[in-house]
Amino acid sequence: MAKTIRLDIVTPEKMAFSAEVSMVIARTTAGDIGILPGHAPLIAAMAIWPLRVITDGEEIPISMCGGFIEVQPEKITILANCAELPEDIDVERAETAKARAENHLRDSNSDVARAEVALKRAMVRLKVAEHNKQHKM
Amino acid sequence: MPNAQDIRRRIKSVKNIEQITKAMKMVAAARLRKAQEKAAASLPYTEKVREVLASVAGHASDLSHPLLEVREVNNIAYLVLSADKGLAGAYSSNVIKEVVPRIAGKTNCSVITVGRKARDYFKHRGYRIDEEFTGFSEKPTLQHAIAIARSVAEGFKSGRYDEIHLSYTVFHSAITQKATTVKLLPIEDVTAVDANPSDYIFEPSAEEVLNHLVPQYLETTIYGALLQASASELGARMTAMGSATDNAEELIAKLILNYNKIRQATITREISEIVGGAEALK
Repeated sequence: MAKTIRLDIVTPEKMAFSAEVSMVIARTTAGDIGILPGHAPLIAAMAIWPLRVITDGEEIPISMCGGFIEVQPEKITILANCAELPEDIDVERAETAKARAENHLRDSNSDVARAEVALKRAMVRLKVAEHNKQHKM
Repeated sequence: MPNAQDIRRRIKSVKNIEQITKAMKMVAAARLRKAQEKAAASLPYTEKVREVLASVAGHASDLSHPLLEVREVNNIAYLVLSADKGLAGAYSSNVIKEVVPRIAGKTNCSVITVGRKARDYFKHRGYRIDEEFTGFSEKPTLQHAIAIARSVAEGFKSGRYDEIHLSYTVFHSAITQKATTVKLLPIEDVTAVDANPSDYIFEPSAEEVLNHLVPQYLETTIYGALLQASASELGARMTAMGSATDNAEELIAKLILNYNKIRQATITREISEIVGGAEALK
């Protein structure tokens, strides 16, 4: 059996994900990192981007909106404000959020930075949801 | 002596009140369970954020972040978490009582209120309210916490406040809650926690991580406090409404006894009148 590493994703609302995985690919603010079992201790800030979790050759994307990743040789903890598995994503809500954010971006009076973040979050969610759809078909 | 009809009306109105208090008690009990679960579910996150912050603080060569800056204290703000609705016993007034001695008579103190009760109290007594948040005391979400954290951090960074304290109610159980005040900003206690011994690699740098982590820590702390406060509010409401229901029941029992006494007295009087009348006719 291949070596595995424990992955815990913790959000303020709940423990979003907890399982043994073979590899995690995360995008930090400085770029993508791949984490395998036995990784050196690391703390990094994460970008708004789907987290790729690989278990037994199968890949699951998890939508994340920022947060932190803390790595220890046999355990990864991710602290995120929100984390959603593909099947938990409300596509409709993400679509409306995206449209709203785009509107805000066009309107020069509104808070551009905030709208950008909102847009990114919506895009990540849609991307992850997309994966789920393909999987079903 | 009140007449029978008055008492009957009184009984009816007390019964109505009892129904309301009973319903409120049950609603509060159901929500309390959920709020308690939520408060418990947020604990691992809060602890973890604190832990990571501590290990970052232990490793970063020089800790400098606007929110960690300790300044000479000129202006103090109190963030007060209270209820939107009443009928929760002494819940809101306990929090307010916790704050008032600290700000009474001082000109350099202002309050930021969460919940209608605190706002109304401080407004009527002429305290300075810099900002108010209402409408979510029972069911706070992370978004609310983020909004509060943002405005508080802004006030601190701009130098409007040199210290920010948070007054809220810690939930121990449905019947015991305790109003407390903690210092929110500047964040001080992080270095006190034992830094994790393992040597972390920081990506991209410890300072960068700190920049992200500190606001998140603030949000989490506020969110945790909001959840505690909402559980306390519901707990207080449940107990208050429970005893109100008991009191109503007791009152109804007394009124019914009284009512029966009067009814009996009327009947007796009527009988004796009839007997008296019949006697007179003989």
